[in-house]
Amino acid sequence: MKYKIVDARGRSCPEPVLMTKNATIDNSNVQVIVDSSVAKENVSRFAINAGYKVDIKEEKDSFILTLTK
Amino acid sequence: MKKNKGIIFTGFVIGLISVLLVKAGNPGNMGFCIACFLRDTAGALGLHRAEAVQYVRPEIIGIIIGAFVMSIAGKEFKVKGGSAPLTRFVLGFFVMIGALMFLGCPLRMILRLAGGDLNAIFGILGFLSGIFIGVQFLNKGFSLKGNYTLPKTEGYILPSVAVILFILLVAFPSILLFSEKGPGASHAPIYLSLISGLIVGVLAQRSKLCCAGGIRDVIMFRDFHLISGFLAIFIAALIGNLLLGQFKLGFVDQPIAHTDGLWNFLGMGLVGFASVLLGGCPLRQLILSAEGNIDSAITVLGLVIGAAFAHNFGLASSAQGPTSNGKIAVIIGFIVVSLIGYFNIEKSSEVEIKEAVEIEI
Repeated sequence: MKYKIVDARGRSCPEPVLMTKNATIDNSNVQVIVDSSVAKENVSRFAINAGYKVDIKEEKDSFILTLTK
Repeated sequence: MKKNKGIIFTGFVIGLISVLLVKAGNPGNMGFCIACFLRDTAGALGLHRAEAVQYVRPEIIGIIIGAFVMSIAGKEFKVKGGSAPLTRFVLGFFVMIGALMFLGCPLRMILRLAGGDLNAIFGILGFLSGIFIGVQFLNKGFSLKGNYTLPKTEGYILPSVAVILFILLVAFPSILLFSEKGPGASHAPIYLSLISGLIVGVLAQRSKLCCAGGIRDVIMFRDFHLISGFLAIFIAALIGNLLLGQFKLGFVDQPIAHTDGLWNFLGMGLVGFASVLLGGCPLRQLILSAEGNIDSAITVLGLVIGAAFAHNFGLASSAQGPTSNGKIAVIIGFIVVSLIGYFNIEKSSEVEIKEAVEIEI
């Protein structure tokens, strides 16, 4: 499957959500990489509200959120 | 709705504790006020010499330690920094200038309204407008760039300072400055304040409660999660004030407030604008600084130095109203924050988004 990749590591609130919003504007599948639990929560809340299914994988200090429609 | 439970509970507890702290001796409608309490603490350390507002507020110490312990327990303590620190310091500075024009941070703004202080309405309208302006910059690509992992010890400094301040307060109070009258002399018993702060620190760390973020998320994403906590504070404090007879509706003679609507509006407008660019209100900055976010710690220092300047140069309002120096400072604040907003707009976010890359999952 093809994904857009959004690397929002190191970005503070609300940038990760904004970057995700911009990437999902055409309803494509997106993988978002974040490195804080608040960004993880915010991005997944946004994605669920936008009708995405969210799969979260934890890897070292980062979280990889896979958003699919 | 289920996801909102934690933040609504947090809001309720903060609202109730705030009312009880006023009952126990804190100034009117000032159960909690991050701006005022940092200002009082700056005064106790002699950073300014406004004799009416000097006291090491144990609530601040409690919030820092509560959030620090909770973030370690929840494995959320991560030491990071380096995202435009000096810019954040300046933004924090002007958040304080705006807050002391209005006489309160966003948290106290909502507590003032819950106590019947209608002047807060002008503050709220200003706060909304400021956030709206800030959101335009975010939508244009405003960014203070990323942060980096820093040495662990860096993250222990602020909590250590909080502990040292508390030791000074209880064991060596003679080296600190304390108000004999005025708001700084009104305070709940030390341990009650400390425990209240600890509870708020723990809950706010868990729930990520943020006053500016709540309104921002509604405007940007139609997300009502954070604002539900903000509203819960209002409802709980309103009920508490009514039950305890602390509710007094009107504009005049409200505790530690003035009736200049325009400058209440502009003061909180500056707070909202700068807070959105920072990514959070003063309470949220304090919580983040305790979880190892050094950029937020620098912001808190900006708030403290802003408070010192506000009183050293007569920028802070009083019950008599704003000062002309304060008005000039707020206007300068709008100019500086706008320039920071303008010059930090990223030309393109293309770098961050790679189109349709194949990934193995």
